Amino acid sequence: MPRTMLDKIWEKHLVHSQDQQPDLIYIDLHLLHEVTSPQAFEGLRIAKRQVRRPDLTFATVDHNIPTTDRSLPIHDHLARTQIKALRENAKDFGVTLYDVDSAEQGIVHVIGPELGLTQPGMTIVCGDSHTSTHGAFGALAFGIGTSQVEHVLATQCLTMDKPKSMQIKLIGNLRSGVSAKDVILGIIARIGIDGGSGHVIEYTGNAIRNFSMEERMTICNMSIEAGARAGMISPDDTTVNYLLERIELTDIGDPSSIIDNWMNLPSDEGATFDRVIEIDANSLEPCVTWGTNPEMSIPITESIPDPQEADSTEARDAMQRALHYMDLEPGTPIQRVSIDRVFIGSCTNSRLSDLQVAATIVDGKQVNKDVKAMVVPGSTSVKKEAEELGLDKIFLDAGFEWRESGCSMCLGMNPDILSPGERCASTSNRNFEGRQGRGGRTHLVSPATAAGAAIAGHFVDIREWLD
Amino acid sequence: MKPFTSHTGQVVPLNRTDVDTDQIIPKQFLKRIERTGYGEFLFYDWRRKTDGSPDPTFCLNRERFQEGSILVAGKNFGCGSSREHAPWALMDYGFRVVISSSFADIFKSNCYENGLLPIELSEKATVRLLTLAEKEDCSVTVDLLAQHVIDGQGWKEEFWVDPSVRDSLLKGLDRISHTLSLEEHIKNYETGRDA
Repeated sequence: MPRTMLDKIWEKHLVHSQDQQPDLIYIDLHLLHEVTSPQAFEGLRIAKRQVRRPDLTFATVDHNIPTTDRSLPIHDHLARTQIKALRENAKDFGVTLYDVDSAEQGIVHVIGPELGLTQPGMTIVCGDSHTSTHGAFGALAFGIGTSQVEHVLATQCLTMDKPKSMQIKLIGNLRSGVSAKDVILGIIARIGIDGGSGHVIEYTGNAIRNFSMEERMTICNMSIEAGARAGMISPDDTTVNYLLERIELTDIGDPSSIIDNWMNLPSDEGATFDRVIEIDANSLEPCVTWGTNPEMSIPITESIPDPQEADSTEARDAMQRALHYMDLEPGTPIQRVSIDRVFIGSCTNSRLSDLQVAATIVDGKQVNKDVKAMVVPGSTSVKKEAEELGLDKIFLDAGFEWRESGCSMCLGMNPDILSPGERCASTSNRNFEGRQGRGGRTHLVSPATAAGAAIAGHFVDIREWLD
Repeated sequence: MKPFTSHTGQVVPLNRTDVDTDQIIPKQFLKRIERTGYGEFLFYDWRRKTDGSPDPTFCLNRERFQEGSILVAGKNFGCGSSREHAPWALMDYGFRVVISSSFADIFKSNCYENGLLPIELSEKATVRLLTLAEKEDCSVTVDLLAQHVIDGQGWKEEFWVDPSVRDSLLKGLDRISHTLSLEEHIKNYETGRDA
């Protein structure tokens, strides 16, 4: 019977299954960070348990570390305590830690692929919902809570029911100037913030095939914003070439059989998905969110929607609340909305190609005098590569701040936050109330749109600049 | 984990949809290294006005909901981040049950791990509870064994929970111990894939 990629990965990782019970599946790669792991290690200590496979477990610090001078002590003593706890836990349990001063440090979902840890066919977990990012390699990767982190540390397994499968088919080709971020925002606007609940989404179609690995990571990263358990894209030559630059296949086995295994992962012809959604790629445009969840977005050419036109009372109330929080009036063209801050970073859009796109736009221009803009590379290695290409200089000359890597203002657990009322064009993944700082107003956009907004001081249709 | 069999309590209506975990517990409170002490930070921003003073209109601040232990909210409750601090905060505050027409996947599984019961009722039943609790004192009994919610006036709604989840909630099972009891299977799997 033809199988989906999800079927194949699930079956390969099945340790035990029993009627009326969830499956026990094996986890190939477990990534840890400082915020969701301390209680899990504490649980191990109390129960006198060990980490079963320290060799499959890797940790880094990203969520609450400062992005300013790292040679200085961290002021926030709670953040300091969490980082110290991770250091002790990694040492005591024999887990590799990419610490603040390591050349490999970075946002956990940026360094996994970068270091070649993320590979096709794997099961990957992390105590972070954006673990879906790694699905770009044809892996089954999903976020878990701290109790499950403890479960995986102790057993290298998880008990869970197999999620349902959903295929999102992008039909046709993208128009020029439409980025991966615009595609995923467009998908979420169509299927809704809970449209993928209970499902693993596999993205297919030409437009997806034409994306680079970094663009595919942006797509899979935001699968969770559609409520999906995970997102995945089947491996192809693009995937293999990316990996060959990062790993020695001979270190893990026979190169030709490894590649054969990867290439056998794509869903079989005729495989059945629980749901199939087709989206016309040509209909997608650069997007900006106007509300307080990632579903609330519009194409850059449109105006703020009117709650009176909502389908239900619930939807109307939610829109009104969002517009009130965002301080926006229905009918205002989004391009007339001015901004105070720009954040280019996060596990969604902080990789080298994201910074290159933004740098091309700001090169030789100046950040608007009313805007404060910053670039936070996704990893220490991305930062180094960008500096070798002179991107830091382009950003600094234009008036951007150029920071050390970390999650930074995506969730504002470190000092990088918005002040109440500030409006930010952000390349991150969530525009929830207060996400970037209490009272802060977040508009999710692509790196190109964020760069354009930094220069113009308001949202712009970046396609007009590229012509 | 605290076992859950049956719970009777007052309903607190939170009439909002897509309540995300950033609202349930904002990020500045995720820096602790303990599992407890999050209750006072539950819905921190929604409990306060812009100037920081308590917002008397928010459900948790209203006098008559002070004893509430069953939260009812609109669809897709718990969307967003995987932070288990969300169920920790709800439980630490005093909630034992959350009722909604749907829950986000990770939030739901985090609840199960902690003995907080997320119950999916029909949209009609959820709206009924939201409306009723807003108007008058509304108490219900949530019976996990019988898998239903009832009030004193003959209203009854059945709900479904995965049988294995139900079993471990009823017994308050340590799920790690259960997996460790399958050690032989894990070992065989590891040997088989290395071969």
